[in-house]
Amino acid sequence: MVEFNGVGLRYGPDAEVLSDISFNLQPGSFYFLTGPSGAGKTSLLKMLYLAQRPSRGIVRLFGEDLVSMPRHRLPGFRRRIGVVFQDFRLIPHLSARDNIALPLRIAGVSEEDLAGPVGEMLSWIGLDERAHAFPPTLSGGEQQRVAIARAVIARPQLLVADEPTGNVDPDMAMRLLGLFEALNRLGTTVVVATHDIHLISRIENAQMMRLEKGRLSDPTGALRYPPNRS
Amino acid sequence: MIIPRVPAQHRRLLPDRRLSGPTPWVIAILMLLTLLSAAAGIGLARSANAIGDAIAGRVTVQIVTANPVTRAEQAIALRRTAAAQPFVRTARAVEQAELRATLDQWFGSAEGDDPVLNSLPLPALVDIDFVGEDRAGHMTQLRALVAREAPGARIIPHAEWLGPVARLIRSLAWVAGALVILMTLASAAVVIMTARAALGTHYTTIEMLHMIGATDQQITRLFQRRIAIDTAYGIALGSVVAALILLLIGWQWSGVTSGLAETASLGPAGWALLLALPLLAIALAALTARQTLLAALQKIL
Repeated sequence: MVEFNGVGLRYGPDAEVLSDISFNLQPGSFYFLTGPSGAGKTSLLKMLYLAQRPSRGIVRLFGEDLVSMPRHRLPGFRRRIGVVFQDFRLIPHLSARDNIALPLRIAGVSEEDLAGPVGEMLSWIGLDERAHAFPPTLSGGEQQRVAIARAVIARPQLLVADEPTGNVDPDMAMRLLGLFEALNRLGTTVVVATHDIHLISRIENAQMMRLEKGRLSDPTGALRYPPNRS
Repeated sequence: MIIPRVPAQHRRLLPDRRLSGPTPWVIAILMLLTLLSAAAGIGLARSANAIGDAIAGRVTVQIVTANPVTRAEQAIALRRTAAAQPFVRTARAVEQAELRATLDQWFGSAEGDDPVLNSLPLPALVDIDFVGEDRAGHMTQLRALVAREAPGARIIPHAEWLGPVARLIRSLAWVAGALVILMTLASAAVVIMTARAALGTHYTTIEMLHMIGATDQQITRLFQRRIAIDTAYGIALGSVVAALILLLIGWQWSGVTSGLAETASLGPAGWALLLALPLLAIALAALTARQTLLAALQKIL
């Protein structure tokens, strides 16, 4: 599904923030991306959700080369990726319902057709009664759930989450992780960047990628020898 | 489409703060000045054309013979002979009363009873309009005719003394036209700055929309619609005020019936152009906004 081969990334003339990154993400797998602050986790995620092109190397997503892909083709690929940002990035003047419905509206789904999925998603995250509340009136946990619902409403093939539990209490963190696990069971490949080592142990069969000083280590060996999921 | 159609649910992506910024008001002022400059330019250009047409083929023969009886006889003979020539369209002897009425304004006596004016030996004048464009040939023929019928008379081509006035008016018309162009460019610059400011203000939303798969066209339509509507409000306001000012000037102008003032009017084509300007301005604003937004979005991955 995702292949990085010898990927490097630098911003401007500075030294590379990521060097020689190579891995292969299998469809339907669950990955944790860990590492100290400044290791390059967010930069790696940016390349995964197509906000950044690499400075060198090969990146293939859904079987296509993204390095040379013309810009106008990127939106079609982005619609197959769900992103949960560390800072939520909800649109403050849109209600929770409208924030969740956004990816479907952008994809051209009619109001009649999106009403059902959005309602189901609101129930799934337990925010039925706060559907018309605006983000500034929601708690951190509620905002995080809305951000997750927005990321998964269009049933993405790849879900990328950057510190999704960084702003919530441990109980809420476990609930959110449960949402990711449920989505993963439905076939979505999940990549979660986190500092929280306890979180990692809660997902069975999850694989770990560790970044240190811009280089990737592979403690489970799963990236070099992906499990046979057949 | 000048104002693109955007579904109501998508419009909510931008907070509803219509007419809150300076753009509509700046555009209104620029539109007002553009329309007034355009009206002035059209009026002046028509005036210059009218004067040019009037003076291009006209001369006045000034007969200054000392004996008033001989002077009058020469004027009558010259008018009659000139009128019979194939190169002359019209020949008219200017009445002495007409001359005195003109001079009255300078002597300050409306009654025509100024003793100094009455004692002046006024020349006899014959206005002649040529046929066709061969001015030099016509002048040669007229000189021969004048030498025969009124020896010593002076021939004064109108183009010699009204030409500089016509050129001045034409220059002013060009200045007005240049002002229209400059204000159009200023309006476009305002729209560009507005579009860039909007992108800066809503950068987080735009980035978010990109990340969930929105195309540049979808995002551009959103902003283009907002900017086009805001500028349309400004253009409408500026146009209404300009129309009121032009109607007021037109009403006052209608009371002016002398000299060059009579030649200055907008005419149907001029009014049509003035009516078209606001629509063209809205189209220009929308197009400028679209191109600015697309160019700016291209810089974001």
